[in-house]
Amino acid sequence: MASTTESVSVRASGPNQFGYNDYDLGAFHFARDEYFAHVSWPGGHHLLSVDGFLRALQRDVAWEFFYGIVNFDGVLGTVNHYGTVNLFAGLYNDAYRKAEVAYDERFDTPQIRETFKAMLDDWTSEDFDPFASPAETGKPFGVKRGSNTKAVTRHRVTAGRMVGVPGDEPLRTDATHPINRMFADVTQEEPLVEAMPGFENEVSSFNLYAYLSRSDVTWNPSVVSVCKNSLYCPTTEEYILPVIHGNDRVEWFVQLSDEIRWVVEDRDTGAARAKAVMRAGDVAAMPGDIRHQGYSPKRSMLLVWENASPELPGLIARGLAPNVPIQF
Amino acid sequence: MAVEYKTEFGSLADYRKGSLEIINDDPKRYAFSNIFEVASKSKPYEKVAVGKNMEYVLEAIRAEGTSEWRTCAHDEFALVMDGTVEFRFVKLDKPAVPADKAGSVRIEGEPQGQRMGRVVAGRGHMTLLPANSAYQLHADAPAAVLLQTIKGDDTIERWSEICLTRGD
Repeated sequence: MASTTESVSVRASGPNQFGYNDYDLGAFHFARDEYFAHVSWPGGHHLLSVDGFLRALQRDVAWEFFYGIVNFDGVLGTVNHYGTVNLFAGLYNDAYRKAEVAYDERFDTPQIRETFKAMLDDWTSEDFDPFASPAETGKPFGVKRGSNTKAVTRHRVTAGRMVGVPGDEPLRTDATHPINRMFADVTQEEPLVEAMPGFENEVSSFNLYAYLSRSDVTWNPSVVSVCKNSLYCPTTEEYILPVIHGNDRVEWFVQLSDEIRWVVEDRDTGAARAKAVMRAGDVAAMPGDIRHQGYSPKRSMLLVWENASPELPGLIARGLAPNVPIQF
Repeated sequence: MAVEYKTEFGSLADYRKGSLEIINDDPKRYAFSNIFEVASKSKPYEKVAVGKNMEYVLEAIRAEGTSEWRTCAHDEFALVMDGTVEFRFVKLDKPAVPADKAGSVRIEGEPQGQRMGRVVAGRGHMTLLPANSAYQLHADAPAAVLLQTIKGDDTIERWSEICLTRGD
């Protein structure tokens, strides 16, 4: 069975005995049963819990493959080349590389995006939300039970100037975004804004913490303010970042509330580099040659700060820009 | 069992700085600092970089009393992280800086132009400092502001003083 979306053909077959379709992308083959996602490629096979797989797949799709590498685990992942995407198995795993059994293929972004979107929609049952914290959603396991298209195709906030500015991304309200149970103590009071007539579009302020307290997703950076290529991408975090993010540029974290613990590894080999405990007010850079995964025991607010310059990865790769933010 | 969650935001007077545990790396590469710690040791309205990504910076600012008037050729965004800050805006009759000037500059004396309005922002409130306006901050009590901007003439870099230089 092949379906065409955005002029891209998605290769699917099935459904299997559990109700799920299989998917083919290049020489990669994807199948799921009640508990696991099975991924195979010429000369290899890998098994992931479908829980973690769907959470990672959700981020990869929603973030348009993000900046750099999205590792689903220590074997499977994607590399964004901004127009094309590499799907790999073992490419950033020291043992796979040394054994020369790593495998990867490059796809035009629409091809892999539409295949992943179709797979995510098909493999997510009606009571499971891959963006939600584990405590706030149903189980991903078992035979297919309907679908949850609304949850897996959420609008991703990308402000053009700043959230709350007239005509830009709107504020969140009780009607659409109730306050999360772990942020019930966050004040909802908005700033006093007195704009003279004619300046309503420029004299603007909003309660970012109240806005974040109403987020219904976890580990999903969304743009709230834009200073040229400098993007504020705050997000609310609970439990474990479902991917291991490999940087292709320096990325910064500002911990706005509570605490996140980061495990930092070498981007290419996975060798341990450092661990960081970040608490409210802390600021730290993630260098351009590492990968990281966060753990948040209580739902917390994290400001991810990105430089979205399209030239950066190439400059770093050619040694024309450093992969550390500053030298002192 | 019902759990009552407490959200910790930190403040100038009460913050718990985190830590780095180095396994095989240089701690300086992480440029780990704390906004409240930096602002608590700064002079009023010093613009101390706590984040830098090429030309872009995050500045920690201790707001206390009334600032000078400043203007900038591009938008900036101020997040109040502790205290209460009033932002006053004037639409300049003509831009005071070239369009390609990075970061904000000081305006001598009172800005010439139409009053645009004001914002009174507390903890967690993010305020747009629009391009080519003049703005002034006022805080009755010490407050902490994080500014999203581009490195300018008055950005202060004192990384060796503010960053962790070794692990736990």
